[in-house]
Amino acid sequence: MRFEDLLIPKPEGLYCPPGDFYIDPVKPVSRALITHGHADHARSGHAAVMASQQTLDIMAIRYGEDFTKTRQTAEGRTTVGDVTVSFHPAGHVLGSCQIAVEQGGTRAVVSGDYSRVANPACAPFEPVDCDLFITEATFALPVFNHPPPSQEIGRLLDSVREFPERAHLVGAYALGKAQRVIMLLREAGYDAPIFIHGALQRLCDYHIEQGIPLGDLRPATMDKAEAKKLREAVVIAPPSAFASPWVQRFADPVISFASGWMQIRARARQRGVELPLIVSDHVDWPDLTRTLEELNPEEFWITHGRDDALMRWADLTQRKARPLHLVGYEEEGE
Amino acid sequence: MKAFAELLTRLAFSPGRNAKLAHLAHYFRDVPDPERGYALAALTGNLDMGTAKPALVRGLVADRVDAELFAMSYDYVGDLAETVALIWPTRQDPRDIGLSEVVEALTGSGKVEAARLIAGWLDALEASERYALIKLVTGSMRVGVSTRMALTALASNGTVPIEEIEELWTGFVPPYLDLFAWVEGGPKPEVLARAPFRPVMLSTPTNEDELAARDPSEYAAEWKWDGIRIQAACEGGAARLYTRTGEDISHSFPDLVERMQFTGTLDGELLVRRDDVVAPFGDLQKRLGRKSPGKALLNSHPAALRLYDVLMWEGKDLRGQPFDARRAALENAVAQMNEPRFDASPLLEFATWDDLAALRANPPDPVIEGVMLKRRDSVYQAGRPRGPWFKWKRDAMTVDAVLMYAQRGHGKRSGFYSDFTFGLWDGEMLVPVGKAYSGFTDEELLRLDRFVRNNTTERFGPVRSLAPKLAVEVAFEGLNRSTRHKSGVAMRFPRIARIRWDKPVEEADVLDTLKALLPPET
Repeated sequence: MRFEDLLIPKPEGLYCPPGDFYIDPVKPVSRALITHGHADHARSGHAAVMASQQTLDIMAIRYGEDFTKTRQTAEGRTTVGDVTVSFHPAGHVLGSCQIAVEQGGTRAVVSGDYSRVANPACAPFEPVDCDLFITEATFALPVFNHPPPSQEIGRLLDSVREFPERAHLVGAYALGKAQRVIMLLREAGYDAPIFIHGALQRLCDYHIEQGIPLGDLRPATMDKAEAKKLREAVVIAPPSAFASPWVQRFADPVISFASGWMQIRARARQRGVELPLIVSDHVDWPDLTRTLEELNPEEFWITHGRDDALMRWADLTQRKARPLHLVGYEEEGE
Repeated sequence: MKAFAELLTRLAFSPGRNAKLAHLAHYFRDVPDPERGYALAALTGNLDMGTAKPALVRGLVADRVDAELFAMSYDYVGDLAETVALIWPTRQDPRDIGLSEVVEALTGSGKVEAARLIAGWLDALEASERYALIKLVTGSMRVGVSTRMALTALASNGTVPIEEIEELWTGFVPPYLDLFAWVEGGPKPEVLARAPFRPVMLSTPTNEDELAARDPSEYAAEWKWDGIRIQAACEGGAARLYTRTGEDISHSFPDLVERMQFTGTLDGELLVRRDDVVAPFGDLQKRLGRKSPGKALLNSHPAALRLYDVLMWEGKDLRGQPFDARRAALENAVAQMNEPRFDASPLLEFATWDDLAALRANPPDPVIEGVMLKRRDSVYQAGRPRGPWFKWKRDAMTVDAVLMYAQRGHGKRSGFYSDFTFGLWDGEMLVPVGKAYSGFTDEELLRLDRFVRNNTTERFGPVRSLAPKLAVEVAFEGLNRSTRHKSGVAMRFPRIARIRWDKPVEEADVLDTLKALLPPET
């Protein structure tokens, strides 16, 4: 069969005609299969949603229990219309999955966002043999070569010890990155209480419920006098909080930001970051190209992100590739 | 290279002087010899190895990476050294490479050998270290560290005063083993630099009220020229021009250096002077930072020294003598040199503070910023002692401007909108004319921050565009023509003198009012 008969790009998102569903649609549809809980992939208002239990839980936390009319937890191989679907861990954030779609011996895998680096806050990426692999390309430029996250957390802790009187404020997105940074700190032996901005509370609580041992977390609601007394303090907050008066309680903080984009100095400078930390939830260039070599699909498609460099790489390595130019996924990605 | 790479990263992203000093001090404390010495040399521009051209690095990467992928990457990253550092294929057998290894191997190596060495190192390092290596071998650090800052950080690790270190600094050579040993409690080295920098004596600001309590007869007065404070040192055939922070800028002023035929150390103002006419500061700026000025520029913008003081003369240290004695020695020295590009700044005749106030209010030359007062019995003392020397500046110029953009501050001002761009009216439009970060109290900062948050029209990253609703009185020390600014003018030391909560923004000044304050075109 032609791959285009199995999956086609539409304005709403990637559509499967024989199964009559969309994957990560950006507009309300009758049936959606969702790879993970980030807001640009998981939107509210679909009539029916199928996703991992954790992704469904996360959507309920973010949008309320009525985010969809019917939910179905993805378990094992499931028939949807004329196709069989199965969900496989993507290593991106808690609950994140790749979605395999099969019909008549042809299997396509939609990666969603994924990472190949071990992440204590979620299950690791599972390579799934396939004929068509549909990949993200957030960091698909050869300059993205992310260092080991433990090394970056080491830099954060070095700075915390070097400037114990300055609170270290780490910008991290609420789902995934925040918990990952906390777990990396715990793995590095930092067992002091970690302060978190209110916007992270519910998702951190959920991670703990799911058995991710985040340790002692305290709300970052102290007043100026209390903030001044802190020593070797690490505070995690969504990056948007740095523009709000919330940050004014800290006298002379070190502003940090944990993101794959921090590898590019100009990006870090635009953000006004003093300590850029390169911690990414996405595959970097070496991992992306390695994954394509390892899966060695007959063809690969690129959903969102940068496709020009990856198309060039496909040319150089004589692989068949196609950019889908799906819109609606944030260019930022992290 | 790891520690050095991390130092460069932290320095590049530290907005404040204190944080930079701390990073430098910790580095000098924790990193062993000779590594830290070579780092100090690299940061202060004293690493004397044949530097590689960026084209060499570019050639190396072209052999390893597809040209199209490189072009896409360079386009995205925007910086050649950074692109090469990131895209260079990482090998599986990393090795630590010391600065000393790099410096020692590159010194005296030919082009082909240098390329082979650099490629080998890039193979063995990881991305942030590769970036540091490329910056090192191409000789372009640009992390905002002056020699004085680096030495201040070094001094903070021990008990030797910064002034003593500065005085001997030019006599040390990389990797500065004796310097580090001295700072850390070892013996003071016997260093014999030729024409070294002597730490400079600085003044503190004053005003009418403060002066009223003092006796005018105890003070000598002279004009405060609007140039660059400079130290001219000549000894044993070496002639050097230093800024007041000890940066050697001799190479930018060959027209002065060739005329320095004396033996001694002089303190004065660097100016551009055509015959007897001193040019505005903007003309001098054209000469600063120009590494090897061309003949045309030397002719059109001739430099001159206007001398204030003499520290050493023909082997004698005069710094312990009172000002009056040094002044007499200076006048003798100027006569002895008999060099038309060097003159002594004239002393002002005055009997009362009112006399001096009248002179200050009406100086004979527009390139005068006010008057200097020096106690006649003052010795030449390094640093900024309070009392012996005063600067009494001309009143600042002011305009009423409108706030246009605000940016969040750093450090103690994190989270507060504290950096402002202001503009003046040009018809119906506001044209930005400058930026100010200071002049307001902490309480005013709170109120300004609230104003910014309530009057934002657009956001671009940390910058907010503001509705034109608030006028501020901006004070500044001078004005230059500028082709880099849309308004055509650049202010010197602008700050917010008053926040005009009361003033309707329509009554703020127009651009032409500011332009009328420009010095005449030359």
